[in-house]
Amino acid sequence: MSGLRYLDNVVTLQLDAAKCTGCGMCATVCPHAVLALEDRRARIVRRDACIECGACARNCPVAALSVKAGVGCASAIIHGWLTGSEPSCDCQGSC
Amino acid sequence: MYGTLPTPAGAVPRLAAGLTMVDRLGHWQMRWGFGRMRYRVRPGLYAVGEPQAASPVLVTANYKMTVDLLRRELAATNAWLLVLDTRGVNVWCAAGKGTFGTAEIIRQVTACRLAELVGHRTLVLPQLGAPGVAAHEVLKGCGFRVIYGPVRAADLPAFLAAGMQATPAMRRVTFTLGERLVLTPVELTAMWKSLGWGSLLLLLIGGIGPRFFTVEAALQRGPAAIAAGLAGVLAGAVVVPVLLPWLPGRMFAVKGAVAGLAVALAGTTLYGARLGGIDSAALLLALPAVAAWCAMNFTGATTFTSPSGVEREMRRTLPVQAAALLAAGTLWIAGAFLP
Repeated sequence: MSGLRYLDNVVTLQLDAAKCTGCGMCATVCPHAVLALEDRRARIVRRDACIECGACARNCPVAALSVKAGVGCASAIIHGWLTGSEPSCDCQGSC
Repeated sequence: MYGTLPTPAGAVPRLAAGLTMVDRLGHWQMRWGFGRMRYRVRPGLYAVGEPQAASPVLVTANYKMTVDLLRRELAATNAWLLVLDTRGVNVWCAAGKGTFGTAEIIRQVTACRLAELVGHRTLVLPQLGAPGVAAHEVLKGCGFRVIYGPVRAADLPAFLAAGMQATPAMRRVTFTLGERLVLTPVELTAMWKSLGWGSLLLLLIGGIGPRFFTVEAALQRGPAAIAAGLAGVLAGAVVVPVLLPWLPGRMFAVKGAVAGLAVALAGTTLYGARLGGIDSAALLLALPAVAAWCAMNFTGATTFTSPSGVEREMRRTLPVQAAALLAAGTLWIAGAFLP
């Protein structure tokens, strides 16, 4: 993704290293190599590349990861603001 | 689809390997956004090539374009294809919604009697399905182990040949020029309704003048404003995706405003004399605002933006976009009253 970087210091990704068992699933599923295994423990190595898809948290068997995953489309977010609900692609009937 | 393959768990329909002209026409139609929610494959188990008990089971979504690309890449592979009911939505978006998810996998594995069909207990999932699937829960729920395959279907043969090992490159999402370009038609066609209403509004406002409202003024001033609006849309929805890595700024709204300003400056250079000072100023304000808005909407289609980031840039830039548009509109209307 050379040349393509989004905003810094904004993502909600959290890792509770004490819970980690070092299975490496989070590093496998991350599409942006945000997580890596170091000394058999997961570590966040590229936090600002995180897109908050939630794959790591969903696949962590010990719930060591948390992230506020969601839809990153502007009109969905506005729809969410207006209706007070979570943003969803469904507002336009397509995604 | 052609014929069926007899198996201990019943006849399994077979998928053809190559794509036909009709398939390609359908894909082109989808890229322009026509009938995208009805482009589906019946969920269930399919055979690709001549799969046997030891052949891999690949899990996918029932968007027809997804299944088509998969069978094209698997032309030389024998495999089982387990197609989930994602309501015709691609893997990534369906995973985000949860329809490409743990429960649906367990349901399909059971319904298709997969355990009677294959000797192993492994499912290969596309990596981009991971946001909707908990691998450890699939194992608990149906006894099948989940292995996440590569991001792109094109890497599947190499992944399978390497004993289901993905290289780091296979695990990474890209956003190349081609990948960005293919998304622009649907960005435009998704906007036709707003474009129609916007044009109508500009025609109505264009008619306002010293004689309250005249059709002559509407037809004279309206189309020019509509052209400016369309230029803003093209700057935000086409120029920004194409020039994405090279436009300044991290925020999409900033990239859009820059592209819009460049187009607006070209416009005032070419037509400045005819437009006059006030309309030129309105153009320089409105076009970047429209382009910023359209560019911001492209975040939902990219592969590297986070929802928290999009929300932040919206909170920061939406007030500026609205203010610029309001100022442009005020200038434009005021211009009609001046000699």
